[in-house]
Amino acid sequence: MFAVAAKELTLYFTSLLFYALATVFLVLAGFLFYTNLDFYVRFGGMNLVLGLWQYQFHDMRQLLLVLVPLLTMRLFAEERRLGTLELLWTYPVRDVELVAGKFLACLVVLAAILLPTLAYPLLLDRFQPVAWGPLFAGYLGLFLLAAAFAACGLFLSALTDSQLVAGASAYGVLLFFWIITWNEAAVSEGRLPVLRAFSLFDRFQVFMRGGIDTRDVAYLVLFATAFLAFTLLAFDTRRWRGLR
Amino acid sequence: MLAVRDVTKRFGSIEAVAGISFTVGRGEIVGFLGPNGAGKTTTMRMLAGIFPPSSGSVRVAGRDPLLDPLACRRAVGYFPEQAPSYPELTVRGYLGFVAKLKRLPRAARSEAVARVLAACGIEDVAHRRVGTLSKGYRQRVGLAQALCGDPPILILDEPTIGLDPAQVVEIRQLVRGLRGHRTVLFSSHILSEVEAVCDRVVVIARGRIVGEGTPAELGARLGRERLEDVFLDLVRP
Repeated sequence: MFAVAAKELTLYFTSLLFYALATVFLVLAGFLFYTNLDFYVRFGGMNLVLGLWQYQFHDMRQLLLVLVPLLTMRLFAEERRLGTLELLWTYPVRDVELVAGKFLACLVVLAAILLPTLAYPLLLDRFQPVAWGPLFAGYLGLFLLAAAFAACGLFLSALTDSQLVAGASAYGVLLFFWIITWNEAAVSEGRLPVLRAFSLFDRFQVFMRGGIDTRDVAYLVLFATAFLAFTLLAFDTRRWRGLR
Repeated sequence: MLAVRDVTKRFGSIEAVAGISFTVGRGEIVGFLGPNGAGKTTTMRMLAGIFPPSSGSVRVAGRDPLLDPLACRRAVGYFPEQAPSYPELTVRGYLGFVAKLKRLPRAARSEAVARVLAACGIEDVAHRRVGTLSKGYRQRVGLAQALCGDPPILILDEPTIGLDPAQVVEIRQLVRGLRGHRTVLFSSHILSEVEAVCDRVVVIARGRIVGEGTPAELGARLGRERLEDVFLDLVRP
Protein backbone atom coordinates (compact mmCIF):
# COMPACT_ATOMS: atom_id res chain seq x y z
CA MET A 1 0.00 0.00 0.00
CA PHE A 2 2.72 2.47 0.94
CA ALA A 3 4.73 1.54 -2.14
CA VAL A 4 1.74 2.43 -4.33
CA ALA A 5 1.13 5.65 -2.39
CA ALA A 6 4.80 6.63 -2.66
CA LYS A 7 4.80 6.03 -6.42
CA GLU A 8 1.62 8.06 -6.87
CA LEU A 9 3.08 10.92 -4.84
CA THR A 10 6.25 10.86 -6.93
CA LEU A 11 4.10 11.11 -10.06
CA TYR A 12 2.00 13.91 -8.58
CA PHE A 13 4.88 15.98 -7.30
CA THR A 14 6.86 15.63 -10.53
CA SER A 15 3.87 16.51 -12.70
CA LEU A 16 2.90 19.94 -13.88
CA LEU A 17 -0.74 19.09 -13.21
CA PHE A 18 -0.31 19.15 -9.43
CA TYR A 19 1.48 22.52 -9.42
CA ALA A 20 -1.01 24.01 -11.86
CA LEU A 21 -3.99 22.90 -9.81
CA ALA A 22 -2.40 23.93 -6.51
CA THR A 23 -1.62 27.36 -7.96
CA VAL A 24 -5.14 27.82 -9.30
CA PHE A 25 -6.62 26.74 -5.98
CA LEU A 26 -4.40 28.93 -3.83
CA VAL A 27 -4.68 32.01 -6.02
CA LEU A 28 -8.48 31.75 -6.15
CA ALA A 29 -8.77 30.86 -2.46
CA GLY A 30 -6.56 33.85 -1.62
CA PHE A 31 -8.66 36.17 -3.74
CA LEU A 32 -11.84 34.84 -2.13
CA PHE A 33 -10.33 35.37 1.30
CA TYR A 34 -9.51 38.95 0.41
CA THR A 35 -13.04 39.66 -0.86
CA ASN A 36 -14.66 37.85 2.06
CA LEU A 37 -12.51 39.79 4.50
CA ASP A 38 -13.36 43.04 2.77
CA PHE A 39 -17.05 42.17 2.94
CA TYR A 40 -16.76 41.31 6.61
CA VAL A 41 -14.87 44.48 7.49
CA ARG A 42 -17.18 46.71 5.45
CA PHE A 43 -20.47 45.34 6.68
CA GLY A 44 -19.33 43.78 9.96
CA GLY A 45 -21.94 43.19 12.59
CA MET A 46 -21.54 39.46 12.52
CA ASN A 47 -19.20 37.34 14.54
CA LEU A 48 -15.99 36.24 12.94
CA VAL A 49 -16.86 32.56 12.70
CA LEU A 50 -20.18 33.09 10.95
CA GLY A 51 -19.31 36.18 9.01
CA LEU A 52 -15.96 35.37 7.55
CA TRP A 53 -14.98 31.75 7.88
CA GLN A 54 -18.39 30.43 6.89
CA TYR A 55 -18.08 32.18 3.53
CA GLN A 56 -14.47 31.23 3.17
CA PHE A 57 -15.19 27.52 3.75
CA HIS A 58 -18.20 27.73 1.49
CA ASP A 59 -16.04 29.16 -1.29
CA MET A 60 -13.19 26.71 -0.80
CA ARG A 61 -15.73 23.90 -1.01
CA GLN A 62 -16.78 25.06 -4.48
CA LEU A 63 -13.14 25.27 -5.54
CA LEU A 64 -12.51 21.71 -4.35
CA LEU A 65 -15.48 20.48 -6.36
CA VAL A 66 -13.77 21.79 -9.47
CA LEU A 67 -10.31 20.72 -8.45
CA VAL A 68 -10.59 17.19 -7.07
CA PRO A 69 -11.95 15.40 -10.17
CA LEU A 70 -9.02 16.87 -12.12
CA LEU A 71 -6.64 15.41 -9.56
CA THR A 72 -8.21 11.96 -9.44
CA MET A 73 -9.18 11.35 -13.06
CA ARG A 74 -5.79 9.99 -14.05
CA LEU A 75 -5.34 7.57 -11.14
CA PHE A 76 -6.58 4.35 -12.74
CA ALA A 77 -7.56 5.58 -16.22
CA GLU A 78 -3.92 6.36 -16.98
CA GLU A 79 -2.71 2.98 -15.71
CA ARG A 80 -5.25 1.30 -17.94
CA ARG A 81 -4.29 3.36 -20.96
CA LEU A 82 -0.60 2.61 -20.39
CA GLY A 83 -1.26 -1.09 -19.77
CA THR A 84 0.44 -0.96 -16.38
CA LEU A 85 -2.71 -1.94 -14.50
CA GLU A 86 -2.61 -5.48 -15.83
CA LEU A 87 1.07 -5.60 -14.92
CA LEU A 88 0.21 -4.54 -11.37
CA TRP A 89 -2.24 -7.43 -11.29
CA THR A 90 0.63 -9.87 -11.84
CA TYR A 91 2.48 -8.70 -8.72
CA PRO A 92 1.72 -10.19 -5.30
CA VAL A 93 -0.38 -7.17 -4.33
CA ARG A 94 -4.05 -7.21 -3.34
CA ASP A 95 -6.49 -4.92 -5.11
CA VAL A 96 -7.34 -3.35 -1.78
CA GLU A 97 -3.71 -2.28 -1.38
CA LEU A 98 -3.71 -0.67 -4.82
CA VAL A 99 -6.91 1.25 -4.11
CA ALA A 100 -5.89 2.22 -0.59
CA GLY A 101 -2.44 3.33 -1.77
CA LYS A 102 -3.89 5.59 -4.47
CA PHE A 103 -6.47 7.02 -2.09
CA LEU A 104 -3.81 7.68 0.54
CA ALA A 105 -1.76 9.57 -2.04
CA CYS A 106 -4.86 11.66 -2.83
CA LEU A 107 -5.28 12.54 0.83
CA VAL A 108 -1.66 13.67 1.10
CA VAL A 109 -2.01 15.81 -2.03
CA LEU A 110 -5.23 17.37 -0.75
CA ALA A 111 -3.62 18.12 2.59
CA ALA A 112 -0.69 19.71 0.76
CA ILE A 113 -3.09 21.95 -1.16
CA LEU A 114 -5.21 22.89 1.85
CA LEU A 115 -2.38 23.47 4.28
CA PRO A 116 -1.15 26.79 2.84
CA THR A 117 -4.63 28.28 3.35
CA LEU A 118 -3.90 28.21 7.09
CA ALA A 119 -1.91 31.34 6.34
CA TYR A 120 -5.19 33.32 6.30
CA PRO A 121 -6.18 32.73 9.91
CA LEU A 122 -2.53 32.95 11.01
CA LEU A 123 -2.24 36.38 9.40
CA LEU A 124 -5.59 37.54 10.69
CA ASP A 125 -4.73 36.37 14.18
CA ARG A 126 -2.15 39.16 14.40
CA PHE A 127 -4.90 41.78 14.14
CA GLN A 128 -7.80 40.08 15.81
CA PRO A 129 -7.77 36.83 17.83
CA VAL A 130 -9.08 33.86 15.87
CA ALA A 131 -11.16 31.12 17.52
CA TRP A 132 -9.23 28.02 16.52
CA GLY A 133 -11.83 25.44 17.62
CA PRO A 134 -14.51 26.30 15.02
CA LEU A 135 -11.79 26.76 12.44
CA PHE A 136 -10.58 23.23 13.11
CA ALA A 137 -14.12 21.94 12.57
CA GLY A 138 -14.30 23.77 9.26
CA TYR A 139 -11.02 22.31 8.06
CA LEU A 140 -12.00 18.82 9.21
CA GLY A 141 -15.23 19.11 7.22
CA LEU A 142 -13.43 20.45 4.19
CA PHE A 143 -10.88 17.64 4.28
CA LEU A 144 -13.52 14.94 4.73
CA LEU A 145 -15.55 16.42 1.90
CA ALA A 146 -12.49 16.51 -0.34
CA ALA A 147 -11.74 12.87 0.59
CA ALA A 148 -15.31 11.93 -0.38
CA PHE A 149 -14.88 13.72 -3.73
CA ALA A 150 -11.58 11.90 -4.23
CA ALA A 151 -13.07 8.46 -3.53
CA CYS A 152 -15.82 9.14 -6.05
CA GLY A 153 -13.28 10.32 -8.64
CA LEU A 154 -11.08 7.30 -7.98
CA PHE A 155 -13.99 4.94 -8.62
CA LEU A 156 -14.94 6.57 -11.90
CA SER A 157 -11.30 6.56 -12.96
CA ALA A 158 -11.29 2.77 -12.52
CA LEU A 159 -14.17 2.36 -14.97
CA THR A 160 -12.52 3.78 -18.06
CA ASP A 161 -9.19 4.21 -19.77
CA SER A 162 -10.09 7.78 -20.73
CA GLN A 163 -9.13 10.42 -18.20
CA LEU A 164 -11.62 12.83 -19.73
CA VAL A 165 -14.52 10.42 -19.32
CA ALA A 166 -13.42 9.73 -15.74
CA GLY A 167 -13.28 13.46 -14.91
CA ALA A 168 -16.53 14.35 -16.63
CA SER A 169 -18.48 11.56 -14.95
CA ALA A 170 -17.02 12.52 -11.56
CA TYR A 171 -18.40 16.03 -12.08
CA GLY A 172 -21.74 14.52 -13.00
CA VAL A 173 -21.99 12.38 -9.87
CA LEU A 174 -20.73 15.08 -7.49
CA LEU A 175 -23.00 17.77 -8.95
CA PHE A 176 -25.93 15.40 -8.62
CA PHE A 177 -25.20 14.98 -4.92
CA TRP A 178 -25.08 18.76 -4.66
CA ILE A 179 -28.27 19.76 -6.53
CA ILE A 180 -30.32 16.90 -5.13
CA THR A 181 -31.90 19.21 -2.51
CA TRP A 182 -31.84 22.53 -4.35
CA ASN A 183 -35.56 22.76 -4.95
CA GLU A 184 -37.05 21.33 -1.82
CA ALA A 185 -40.56 22.18 -3.00
CA ALA A 186 -40.23 19.83 -5.96
CA VAL A 187 -40.10 16.83 -3.64
CA SER A 188 -42.97 15.47 -1.57
CA GLU A 189 -42.63 16.04 2.14
CA GLY A 190 -42.09 12.37 2.88
CA ARG A 191 -39.15 12.07 0.53
CA LEU A 192 -37.34 15.25 1.46
CA PRO A 193 -35.62 13.85 4.56
CA VAL A 194 -34.37 10.94 2.47
CA LEU A 195 -32.88 13.23 -0.16
CA ARG A 196 -31.42 15.46 2.53
CA ALA A 197 -29.80 12.46 4.10
CA PHE A 198 -28.02 11.77 0.82
CA SER A 199 -27.03 15.31 -0.04
CA LEU A 200 -23.28 15.52 0.09
CA PHE A 201 -23.21 19.29 0.40
CA ASP A 202 -25.83 19.77 3.09
CA ARG A 203 -23.47 17.73 5.24
CA PHE A 204 -21.03 20.59 5.18
CA GLN A 205 -23.33 23.20 6.74
CA VAL A 206 -22.53 22.40 10.37
CA PHE A 207 -18.78 22.13 9.76
CA MET A 208 -18.87 25.48 7.98
CA ARG A 209 -20.35 27.15 11.05
CA GLY A 210 -17.69 25.63 13.26
CA GLY A 211 -19.51 22.59 14.62
CA ILE A 212 -18.86 18.89 14.31
CA ASP A 213 -21.85 16.57 14.03
CA THR A 214 -20.83 12.92 14.24
CA ARG A 215 -23.63 12.06 11.81
CA ASP A 216 -21.98 14.24 9.18
CA VAL A 217 -18.57 12.73 9.88
CA ALA A 218 -20.07 9.25 9.59
CA TYR A 219 -21.82 10.13 6.35
CA LEU A 220 -18.71 11.50 4.67
CA VAL A 221 -16.57 8.56 5.81
CA LEU A 222 -19.23 6.13 4.57
CA PHE A 223 -19.54 7.98 1.27
CA ALA A 224 -15.79 7.61 0.69
CA THR A 225 -15.71 3.99 1.87
CA ALA A 226 -18.62 3.06 -0.39
CA PHE A 227 -16.90 4.43 -3.47
CA LEU A 228 -13.63 2.70 -2.57
CA ALA A 229 -15.58 -0.56 -2.20
CA PHE A 230 -17.25 0.04 -5.59
CA THR A 231 -13.77 0.40 -7.06
CA LEU A 232 -12.80 -3.04 -5.75
CA LEU A 233 -16.03 -4.52 -7.12
CA ALA A 234 -15.37 -2.92 -10.50
CA PHE A 235 -11.95 -4.61 -10.61
CA ASP A 236 -13.42 -7.98 -9.74
CA THR A 237 -16.09 -7.64 -12.41
CA ARG A 238 -13.63 -6.64 -15.08
CA ARG A 239 -11.31 -9.47 -14.16
CA TRP A 240 -14.00 -12.14 -14.36
CA ARG A 241 -15.13 -10.82 -17.69
CA GLY A 242 -11.50 -10.89 -18.84
CA LEU A 243 -11.40 -7.19 -19.64
CA ARG A 244 -8.42 -5.01 -19.09
CA MET B 1 5.69 -25.79 -13.23
CA LEU B 2 3.01 -24.55 -15.60
CA ALA B 3 0.01 -26.66 -16.52
CA VAL B 4 -2.91 -25.73 -18.74
CA ARG B 5 -5.74 -28.28 -18.87
CA ASP B 6 -8.73 -28.04 -21.25
CA VAL B 7 -8.68 -24.29 -20.98
CA THR B 8 -11.23 -22.24 -22.87
CA LYS B 9 -11.49 -18.47 -22.75
CA ARG B 10 -14.40 -16.60 -24.22
CA PHE B 11 -14.77 -12.84 -24.55
CA GLY B 12 -18.47 -12.42 -25.14
CA SER B 13 -19.19 -14.49 -28.24
CA ILE B 14 -15.55 -14.72 -29.31
CA GLU B 15 -13.68 -17.83 -28.32
CA ALA B 16 -10.07 -16.71 -27.99
CA VAL B 17 -8.78 -20.04 -26.68
CA ALA B 18 -10.67 -23.29 -27.26
CA GLY B 19 -9.86 -26.24 -25.02
CA ILE B 20 -6.06 -26.15 -24.98
CA SER B 21 -3.79 -28.28 -22.82
CA PHE B 22 -0.03 -28.24 -22.39
CA THR B 23 2.58 -28.26 -19.65
CA VAL B 24 5.96 -26.69 -19.06
CA GLY B 25 8.34 -28.66 -16.85
CA ARG B 26 10.77 -27.26 -14.30
CA GLY B 27 13.80 -25.64 -15.89
CA GLU B 28 12.41 -25.94 -19.39
CA ILE B 29 12.36 -23.15 -21.97
CA VAL B 30 9.28 -23.58 -24.08
CA GLY B 31 8.47 -21.54 -27.16
CA PHE B 32 4.86 -20.56 -27.63
CA LEU B 33 4.45 -20.14 -31.33
CA GLY B 34 1.55 -19.00 -33.42
CA PRO B 35 0.30 -16.40 -35.86
CA ASN B 36 -1.07 -13.10 -34.57
CA GLY B 37 -4.47 -13.48 -32.95
CA ALA B 38 -4.00 -17.20 -32.26
CA GLY B 39 -4.56 -16.90 -28.51
CA LYS B 40 -0.96 -16.66 -27.25
CA THR B 41 -1.42 -13.50 -25.23
CA THR B 42 -4.78 -14.64 -23.82
CA THR B 43 -3.19 -17.88 -22.61
CA MET B 44 -0.23 -16.07 -21.07
CA ARG B 45 -2.50 -13.60 -19.30
CA MET B 46 -4.37 -16.49 -17.70
CA LEU B 47 -1.08 -18.04 -16.58
CA ALA B 48 0.04 -14.68 -15.16
CA GLY B 49 -3.19 -14.51 -13.17
CA ILE B 50 -4.65 -11.42 -14.86
CA PHE B 51 -7.94 -13.16 -15.54
CA PRO B 52 -9.26 -16.70 -15.01
CA PRO B 53 -10.21 -19.13 -17.81
CA SER B 54 -13.88 -19.49 -18.78
CA SER B 55 -13.50 -23.23 -18.23
CA GLY B 56 -10.68 -25.69 -17.60
CA SER B 57 -7.87 -25.23 -15.12
CA VAL B 58 -4.52 -23.54 -14.87
CA ARG B 59 -1.77 -24.51 -12.43
CA VAL B 60 1.23 -22.36 -11.60
CA ALA B 61 3.92 -24.08 -9.52
CA GLY B 62 1.23 -26.62 -8.57
CA ARG B 63 -1.22 -23.99 -7.34
CA ASP B 64 -4.46 -22.62 -8.68
CA PRO B 65 -4.19 -18.85 -9.38
CA LEU B 66 -7.86 -18.49 -8.45
CA LEU B 67 -7.48 -19.99 -4.99
CA ASP B 68 -3.98 -18.84 -4.18
CA PRO B 69 -3.40 -15.72 -6.27
CA LEU B 70 -0.62 -14.12 -4.25
CA ALA B 71 1.55 -17.26 -4.07
CA CYS B 72 1.16 -17.80 -7.83
CA ARG B 73 2.01 -14.20 -8.62
CA ARG B 74 5.09 -14.40 -6.42
CA ALA B 75 6.34 -17.35 -8.50
CA VAL B 76 5.87 -15.62 -11.84
CA GLY B 77 7.66 -12.82 -13.65
CA TYR B 78 5.51 -11.56 -16.50
CA PHE B 79 6.59 -9.55 -19.49
CA PRO B 80 3.55 -8.19 -21.31
CA GLU B 81 3.65 -7.31 -24.98
CA GLN B 82 4.59 -3.62 -25.48
CA ALA B 83 6.42 -3.55 -22.10
CA PRO B 84 4.19 -0.97 -20.39
CA SER B 85 5.69 1.20 -17.65
CA TYR B 86 5.44 4.72 -16.26
CA PRO B 87 7.04 7.28 -18.59
CA GLU B 88 7.62 9.82 -15.78
CA LEU B 89 9.56 7.50 -13.46
CA THR B 90 13.28 6.92 -13.77
CA VAL B 91 14.39 3.40 -14.63
CA ARG B 92 15.83 2.91 -11.14
CA GLY B 93 12.78 4.44 -9.48
CA TYR B 94 10.47 2.21 -11.48
CA LEU B 95 12.39 -0.98 -10.71
CA GLY B 96 12.55 0.02 -7.04
CA PHE B 97 8.77 0.33 -7.07
CA VAL B 98 8.48 -3.11 -8.69
CA ALA B 99 10.83 -4.61 -6.09
CA LYS B 100 8.64 -3.21 -3.32
CA LEU B 101 5.47 -4.55 -4.90
CA LYS B 102 7.15 -7.93 -5.30
CA ARG B 103 7.69 -7.88 -1.52
CA LEU B 104 11.45 -8.11 -1.58
CA PRO B 105 12.80 -7.36 1.88
CA ARG B 106 14.09 -3.79 2.20
CA ALA B 107 17.72 -4.88 2.53
CA ALA B 108 17.61 -6.97 -0.65
CA ARG B 109 15.89 -4.41 -2.87
CA SER B 110 18.74 -2.23 -4.07
CA GLU B 111 20.88 -5.29 -4.77
CA ALA B 112 18.01 -6.92 -6.69
CA VAL B 113 17.55 -3.78 -8.76
CA ALA B 114 21.29 -3.52 -9.42
CA ARG B 115 21.34 -7.15 -10.54
CA VAL B 116 18.52 -6.81 -13.09
CA LEU B 117 19.95 -3.50 -14.33
CA ALA B 118 23.19 -5.34 -15.07
CA ALA B 119 21.48 -8.45 -16.47
CA CYS B 120 19.46 -6.38 -18.94
CA GLY B 121 22.28 -3.98 -19.81
CA ILE B 122 20.46 -0.84 -18.72
CA GLU B 123 22.80 0.41 -16.00
CA ASP B 124 23.84 3.41 -18.10
CA VAL B 125 20.24 4.65 -18.41
CA ALA B 126 19.23 3.87 -14.80
CA HIS B 127 18.83 7.56 -13.93
CA ARG B 128 16.80 8.43 -17.03
CA ARG B 129 13.04 8.64 -17.25
CA VAL B 130 11.49 5.63 -18.93
CA GLY B 131 9.56 7.89 -21.32
CA THR B 132 12.79 9.28 -22.80
CA LEU B 133 14.21 5.86 -23.67
CA SER B 134 14.27 4.22 -27.08
CA LYS B 135 12.04 1.26 -27.80
CA GLY B 136 14.86 -1.21 -27.29
CA TYR B 137 15.73 0.16 -23.86
CA ARG B 138 12.08 0.29 -22.80
CA GLN B 139 11.76 -3.33 -23.81
CA ARG B 140 14.74 -4.19 -21.63
CA VAL B 141 13.26 -2.24 -18.73
CA GLY B 142 10.16 -4.42 -19.16
CA LEU B 143 12.32 -7.51 -19.07
CA ALA B 144 14.15 -6.23 -15.99
CA GLN B 145 10.78 -5.77 -14.30
CA ALA B 146 9.91 -9.43 -15.02
CA LEU B 147 13.30 -10.72 -13.82
CA CYS B 148 13.24 -8.58 -10.67
CA GLY B 149 13.07 -10.70 -7.54
CA ASP B 150 14.29 -13.83 -9.35
CA PRO B 151 10.93 -15.53 -9.86
CA PRO B 152 11.26 -19.26 -10.70
CA ILE B 153 8.84 -18.94 -13.64
CA LEU B 154 9.03 -16.39 -16.45
CA ILE B 155 6.23 -15.73 -18.89
CA LEU B 156 7.55 -13.58 -21.72
CA ASP B 157 5.12 -12.30 -24.32
CA GLU B 158 7.03 -11.44 -27.50
CA PRO B 159 10.05 -9.96 -25.70
CA THR B 160 12.03 -9.33 -28.89
CA ILE B 161 9.37 -7.56 -30.95
CA GLY B 162 10.53 -4.19 -32.28
CA LEU B 163 14.18 -4.65 -31.36
CA ASP B 164 17.11 -4.29 -33.71
CA PRO B 165 19.04 -7.47 -34.61
CA ALA B 166 21.83 -6.87 -32.09
CA GLN B 167 19.34 -6.35 -29.28
CA VAL B 168 17.42 -9.45 -30.33
CA VAL B 169 20.59 -11.48 -29.99
CA GLU B 170 21.23 -10.02 -26.53
CA ILE B 171 17.75 -10.84 -25.30
CA ARG B 172 18.03 -14.35 -26.69
CA GLN B 173 21.31 -14.86 -24.90
CA LEU B 174 19.75 -13.56 -21.73
CA VAL B 175 16.86 -16.02 -22.00
CA ARG B 176 19.16 -18.88 -22.96
CA GLY B 177 21.21 -18.13 -19.87
CA LEU B 178 18.15 -18.96 -17.77
CA ARG B 179 18.03 -22.56 -19.02
CA GLY B 180 18.04 -25.13 -16.24
CA HIS B 181 17.36 -22.83 -13.32
CA ARG B 182 14.28 -20.96 -14.56
CA THR B 183 11.13 -22.17 -16.20
CA VAL B 184 10.36 -20.02 -19.22
CA LEU B 185 7.36 -19.75 -21.52
CA PHE B 186 8.37 -17.55 -24.41
CA SER B 187 5.97 -16.45 -27.11
CA SER B 188 6.99 -15.37 -30.56
CA HIS B 189 6.03 -15.57 -34.15
CA ILE B 190 9.63 -15.48 -35.27
CA LEU B 191 10.55 -19.07 -35.94
CA SER B 192 14.32 -18.86 -36.01
CA GLU B 193 14.19 -17.26 -32.60
CA VAL B 194 12.19 -20.08 -31.08
CA GLU B 195 14.56 -22.60 -32.64
CA ALA B 196 17.57 -20.78 -31.24
CA VAL B 197 16.30 -20.39 -27.70
CA CYS B 198 13.75 -23.07 -26.83
CA ASP B 199 13.95 -26.74 -25.83
CA ARG B 200 10.45 -27.40 -26.98
CA VAL B 201 7.73 -25.69 -28.98
CA VAL B 202 3.98 -25.47 -28.53
CA VAL B 203 2.21 -24.26 -31.65
CA ILE B 204 -1.18 -22.59 -31.35
CA ALA B 205 -3.50 -21.47 -34.16
CA ARG B 206 -7.08 -20.22 -34.04
CA GLY B 207 -7.25 -20.91 -30.30
CA ARG B 208 -6.20 -24.56 -30.57
CA ILE B 209 -2.92 -26.39 -30.04
CA VAL B 210 -1.87 -27.71 -33.42
CA GLY B 211 1.55 -29.12 -32.60
CA GLU B 212 3.93 -29.79 -29.73
CA GLY B 213 7.47 -31.13 -29.45
CA THR B 214 11.07 -30.23 -30.20
CA PRO B 215 11.56 -28.47 -33.54
CA ALA B 216 13.16 -31.67 -34.89
CA GLU B 217 10.24 -33.84 -33.77
CA LEU B 218 7.72 -31.54 -35.37
CA GLY B 219 9.73 -31.52 -38.57
CA ALA B 220 9.98 -35.32 -38.66
CA ARG B 221 6.27 -35.69 -38.07
CA LEU B 222 5.39 -33.54 -41.01
CA GLY B 223 8.28 -34.58 -43.22
CA ARG B 224 9.74 -31.08 -43.27
CA GLU B 225 13.19 -29.86 -42.46
CA ARG B 226 12.71 -26.16 -42.01
CA LEU B 227 10.71 -24.98 -39.03
CA GLU B 228 9.12 -22.37 -41.29
CA ASP B 229 7.48 -25.08 -43.38
CA VAL B 230 6.41 -27.02 -40.30
CA PHE B 231 4.84 -23.88 -38.92
CA LEU B 232 2.99 -23.06 -42.12
CA ASP B 233 1.70 -26.63 -42.34
CA LEU B 234 0.45 -26.52 -38.77
CA VAL B 235 -1.28 -23.15 -38.79
CA ARG B 236 -2.94 -23.56 -42.18
CA PRO B 237 -6.72 -23.80 -41.61
